[in-house]
Amino acid sequence: MAYTDHTTATDADHAPHGFWTRYVWSQDHKVIAVQYASVAIAVGLVGMLLSDLMRLQLGFPGRFAFIDANHYYQFMTMHGMIMVIYLLTALFLGGFGNYLIPLMIGARDMVFPFLNMLSFWVYLLSVIVLMASFFVPGGPTGAGWTLYPPQAILAGTPGYDWGIIMMLVSLLIFIVAATMGGLNYVTTVLQARTEGMTLLRMPLTVWGIFVATILALLAFPALLVSGVMMLLDKTMGTSFFMPALVSMGQAAQYTGGSPLLFQHLFWFFGHPEVYIVALPAFGIVSDLISVHARKSIFGYRTMVWAILAIGVLSVVVWAHHMFISGMNPYFGFFFATTTLIIAVPTAIKVYNWLLTLWRGDIHLTVPMLFALAFISTFLIGGLTGLFLGNVSVDIPLSNTYFVVAHFHMVMGVAPILTVFGGIYHWYPKVTGRMLNDTLGKLHFWITFLGTYAIFFPMHYLGVLGMPRRYYDFAQYQFIPPSAHALNSFITVIALIVGAAQLVFVANLAWSAFRGKRAEGNPWRAASLEWQTPQTPPGHGNWGARTPVAYRWAYAYSVPGAEQDFIAQDAPPEAGGLEPHPYPGKEATT
Amino acid sequence: MSRQLYFRASGDDRDYSGAPPAFGNVRPNPEEIVSTALWAFIAVATSLFSLFIASYLMRMQSTDWHAIVMPRQLWLSTALLLAASAAMHLASGAARRARRAVLRNMLLIAGLLMIAFLLVQSWAWQALLASRVTAAGNPAGSYFYLLTAMHGVHVAGGVIAWLLISRTVWRRELRGVPAPKPRRIGLCARYWDFLLLVWLALLATMSGVTNEVVRFICGAA
Repeated sequence: MAYTDHTTATDADHAPHGFWTRYVWSQDHKVIAVQYASVAIAVGLVGMLLSDLMRLQLGFPGRFAFIDANHYYQFMTMHGMIMVIYLLTALFLGGFGNYLIPLMIGARDMVFPFLNMLSFWVYLLSVIVLMASFFVPGGPTGAGWTLYPPQAILAGTPGYDWGIIMMLVSLLIFIVAATMGGLNYVTTVLQARTEGMTLLRMPLTVWGIFVATILALLAFPALLVSGVMMLLDKTMGTSFFMPALVSMGQAAQYTGGSPLLFQHLFWFFGHPEVYIVALPAFGIVSDLISVHARKSIFGYRTMVWAILAIGVLSVVVWAHHMFISGMNPYFGFFFATTTLIIAVPTAIKVYNWLLTLWRGDIHLTVPMLFALAFISTFLIGGLTGLFLGNVSVDIPLSNTYFVVAHFHMVMGVAPILTVFGGIYHWYPKVTGRMLNDTLGKLHFWITFLGTYAIFFPMHYLGVLGMPRRYYDFAQYQFIPPSAHALNSFITVIALIVGAAQLVFVANLAWSAFRGKRAEGNPWRAASLEWQTPQTPPGHGNWGARTPVAYRWAYAYSVPGAEQDFIAQDAPPEAGGLEPHPYPGKEATT
Repeated sequence: MSRQLYFRASGDDRDYSGAPPAFGNVRPNPEEIVSTALWAFIAVATSLFSLFIASYLMRMQSTDWHAIVMPRQLWLSTALLLAASAAMHLASGAARRARRAVLRNMLLIAGLLMIAFLLVQSWAWQALLASRVTAAGNPAGSYFYLLTAMHGVHVAGGVIAWLLISRTVWRRELRGVPAPKPRRIGLCARYWDFLLLVWLALLATMSGVTNEVVRFICGAA
């Protein structure tokens, strides 16, 4: 229950003044968000470099002697793990979540600022442990990002000794960090909303991050369970996952463990993980489209219910990653059905985005370009998901490049496009300066067209039967020379797209000091984070008084209004109330 | 609780469609926050232990599984955990009714019982090791050590919460200030109840569930 503070002292009076307490050991959600985002982007650049190294081998096999088979698998494993967990999860929840939740719901900070700070430092520790695995004897693990036993901890797999231990320890540390952060975000949304900020007045960005956080809290324990038990199999010689087997000509000590059990646990985490990344992206894209098309989001309530439905369904589809694992075929029937049902709420979201754009006043700003690119990319990736959701189609395609194309489009490219769109959109609020627009457009077009040039051909390679995970395709007669030529093409484009990301990073760094000064609300957006008294917002965000939400965050182009938007905290006389506010009450606009 | 209230800032029943509210400086209530966060944490830990139990049920169906006899010390430790939970509830009730002597005593007794629980658990480990149930051999043994250790870690967290509360109570006693924060003690009691329920679920799984039961439930008998 909220109580009212009558003191006149503003929070700015309590702001820390020293450099260390302000920027390093900071408990301010805005600083922690920037810390989270900076580390995530830095580690993401490492992940990108690894993908370019892999592409060098695939495009020009044998030309680069230092990329041997072991290194290739290590690059592949680390690339996958870094991108999914340490970049996307950390950036969406720790970066965007930290910055936007308190500002969008009108709070002064997260409810547990100290825990928030701890969450970042523990995350940093997990990244350091992960990076350290490049320098241990044997190098990082090359077991593939799914870390399937028994091969992950057996001789013959690169990094089977130190590498896998470092990886598991790093993951366990990350889970601790994500749980500390997650408890904070959920509690903040439930308990620290300002006056008038009902749950159904929250911007969809907050809804997306909120539900994704709940998923993370409930799904990461599955990774913890599998990680702990695999660590024990490796270090203590238990047989949770390890079957009786002969390794390198010698009978191993393991008895009848179940590799399939690991797969169930891993994907019970792994599939919700897709939506931990996708739901924040859905929310951010909804807000970007509404702001830059100057229209209220179409079907706000159905958008919220779709987010909730996707969240619930995402925990009952995990075994669609295991159609070829040898599990009971009846499972396949069940999981194919649930998987295809997810298409319903997802399609609702896509239609609502399109109907928001319909007859909108579309401004093709850089954030809007990225948001539009997200819709097409996610749609294409989602459609190939319908192929793979069917057991009979999945079985022949599962080990081919078709799957690589599918999951990169839907959970690699699509979310990262949203990350870029979100950064271009909120950067003026974070730094008080605009990002360079020309560089932004250059970055957008190279990234958008480039990722299509990379991943679109992979669908064809997959249908052709080109297997994924292979280091070298020289000995396979059925792969025609044209496929090799296509691989070289993909590699060249991948290098160009990689270089374009450096333009983005340079833009971030340069604009922070030299960019055009931004006013408080450069996009003329209605949600609360743009209504702060200062830009960037000061300590405590709101000066003497927290704002009051009198309407939803989507009052754009309201007929008869002075401007083409009405801020969420503008006095009630300004109108722009959400449609059908509460049962029994009519809209007053 | 009306349905409307659910969608509003909690506990706030003012009408935001028209007149402006009187104040614009909301700060959340710390005890409500901790209560919500504790429920969220209990959800996370429930997910964790449910997954451990699910994996146990799946793993026990393989041929190398040999059920082990639960060490007799577990009767004692279960009784201790029950008593600790009860004592914490008495402490919580005493705090609410501001009965300082009862609060002091019950808090002390609850903490000692909880620490005794951990000691008896490690005694059970010793007993099992003495009868040559190793962590690495029979998977039933591996699971016993793993599950009790996982539960023990969460109990240790409960002991830390108890230490923090006891420190506050002790300091206020020294200064003669009335009994503190009954709500905080109630939250600690809630977490300890959760620890008790988890332990009962783990114990039932490890001692009561056999392959036949699993097959009966899964319909594969």
